[in-house]
Amino acid sequence: MNLSCIMRDQKYSFGSLKEVLAKASEEKSGDIMAGVSAGSYLERMAAKVVLSNLTLQEIYDNPVIPYETDEVTRVIYDDINEFIYNEMKSLTVGELRNVILSHDTDSHKLARMSQGLTSEMIAAVAKLMSTIDLVLASQKMKHQAFCNTLIGEPGKLAYRCQPNHPVDLPEGILYSLKEGLSYGSGDAVIGINPNNDSVESVKRLLTMSHEFITKWKIPTQNCVLAHISTQIEALQKGAPIDLMFQSLAGTQKGNEAFGVSKEIIDHGQALMRKHGTSTGPNIFYFETGQGSEVSLAADHGVDMQTLEARTYGYARHWKPFMLNNVSGFIGPETLFDGRQMIRADLEDLFMGKMHNLPMGIAPTYTNHMHSDQNDQEIAGILTAVAGANFYMGVPAGDDVMLNYQDTSFHDDASLREMLHLRPLTEFEKWLENMGIMENGRLTKYAGDLSLFD
Amino acid sequence: MNKNQIEDIVSKVLANLGNTQSPKQPTQREDDAFHFSKEDVIGVENPKNKQTIAHARSITPARIGIGHTGTRMLTSHYLNFRIDHAAAQDAVLKDVDEEILKQLGLPILQTKAEDMQTYLMNLDSGRRLNEESETWLKKNGEKGKQVQVIVCDGLSSTAVEENIADLLPAINQGLSLKGITFAKPLFVKNARVWVQDHVAQIVNCDVIISLIGERPGLASAKSISAYMIYKPNEKTVEADRTVISNIHEGGLSPVEAGAHLSDIIADMLKYQASGVHLAKQRNQ
Repeated sequence: MNLSCIMRDQKYSFGSLKEVLAKASEEKSGDIMAGVSAGSYLERMAAKVVLSNLTLQEIYDNPVIPYETDEVTRVIYDDINEFIYNEMKSLTVGELRNVILSHDTDSHKLARMSQGLTSEMIAAVAKLMSTIDLVLASQKMKHQAFCNTLIGEPGKLAYRCQPNHPVDLPEGILYSLKEGLSYGSGDAVIGINPNNDSVESVKRLLTMSHEFITKWKIPTQNCVLAHISTQIEALQKGAPIDLMFQSLAGTQKGNEAFGVSKEIIDHGQALMRKHGTSTGPNIFYFETGQGSEVSLAADHGVDMQTLEARTYGYARHWKPFMLNNVSGFIGPETLFDGRQMIRADLEDLFMGKMHNLPMGIAPTYTNHMHSDQNDQEIAGILTAVAGANFYMGVPAGDDVMLNYQDTSFHDDASLREMLHLRPLTEFEKWLENMGIMENGRLTKYAGDLSLFD
Repeated sequence: MNKNQIEDIVSKVLANLGNTQSPKQPTQREDDAFHFSKEDVIGVENPKNKQTIAHARSITPARIGIGHTGTRMLTSHYLNFRIDHAAAQDAVLKDVDEEILKQLGLPILQTKAEDMQTYLMNLDSGRRLNEESETWLKKNGEKGKQVQVIVCDGLSSTAVEENIADLLPAINQGLSLKGITFAKPLFVKNARVWVQDHVAQIVNCDVIISLIGERPGLASAKSISAYMIYKPNEKTVEADRTVISNIHEGGLSPVEAGAHLSDIIADMLKYQASGVHLAKQRNQ
């Protein structure tokens, strides 16, 4: 494996593939904090040059965290289709970029390639891609999944209605839910983040959302974003769950910090098959985001973007209904400003789609980050053009429980209108029956939560 | 940008829209200034039931019932949102008023993060006490009690200032009623949650609880989170911590929180566990 290059009469050498990947990454504060980022602009370019010349086989033979010691690496490698991998293994990363962007490569070809690519290969190629590269490549891929409804059809854009309340007041949650529905948000899922993670409280919110969906015959799915072990308990006690939620990381150590493992997720899946309320087969909702591993000191010296790709390689094992990327949720120590957040969102959307995942994006910012609403809206437009399956829907973008900003009901409606996208098929019919939408546009009755009186 | 500048811009915008209330002169006396109303009004045009919307808005701080123009927010709601964001950004950079800490008799310890920029950009710096504080605590900390409480500024000094005077006595009272022993509380400046592991190892307590200012939200910059852990060590992971968030007057009130937290601490001592392990045992 050749880890050095001569560029402009200067020799650059790197000690490992892990180092090349980290230094080839676009600038991000989390990689600087971890001490793995390139030391100069030219060193970053030298790392990209070296990376472009490595073969997929060289990456395959050198996982950034060993197979023997890391469950995420094992899941990724065990799920690779060896035949497809062998077809491509002599390609360099630079050649892989050319193949992905070529007019001769369509969605079906990419979906086949995906099955032979490890997550590090996908992370590597993204490091050689610009904003337009990432958007164009992402546009080629649109992955569908089915829970109670079908997500990911061309021309559709769905939303999770996120009606959180600071102390889980059921009536308060219901009003925010009604507000969201009245703007056309909630076709991806009605997903409540609980403040109180106790089984009883989680069960109460699951029952409440299930009864509301049933009463108003809403074609969607419910979810309460508690820890998976809490949801498993609730399910065993008879709580109605359409979608099971969990946050994931790209290293075993990161997942241990989250209190999750393959065994626990498998267990959750088996119980959902037995007791879950949805049609399926896709019954998981996963959340991920660049920076979680470094925040938990579980990064093993691997850069944030490569770890994010590994999270997708892990997540795809369970064929989720939704994979939501929340890069920007942590703070300036991982993504310093809007520019880094926008870059992360574009990389993550592309890398997720390259893993054949039904991807959504939550362009988010916290109040201690150098970012504002304008950055968020740019990230939203770019990733919507790039064909994200879904976004979050938060009242005016202000999550009053989690204390950060995400896409608003208004932004959601705006993205649909701006890009001529429609809600999921069944849900749009429901909106029309409710008088909220007509010919893909919100009516004058939209935005009125008292419609449900 | 300060408040006056924002008000100035707002008034100019409204002047362009032909609003008669706006001043004609670019310079003006203080009492002529356009008063931008913080009041958040119902923006829904011709709702089916306005009372329902008013009631909804009274029970949640979520920005609902705000209406729209096209698919966008109305100007006043948009500006209020941006003003709240600006205020939250400013709040992060403020230190806790040391007078308040003195009144509560809290010794002030410091992490390795000597300034805000280091604190924000380097997580590890906020996870360990600096040498001076470590030495002080080894000498002066109360050792071997069942519980140690630490107050941390975290990302909101305002949250500490607003809640601690009520929250600390409430916790003390809750623990006393259960006959649980606790050490004198401490304040740690520029602290991350994990500094509790360092402190616990020095004072050798069973349970340590950090009352830490949450990152400020738009609806409130006053929220405290309580992170608790039973005997942290090198193998401690995030899922070992129990967390109760949103402690403030508009969420879980400090007084209620005192009783709730002491119940949880009693369970931690009983089961000798915290985090997901505690949740599992409590549910059995």
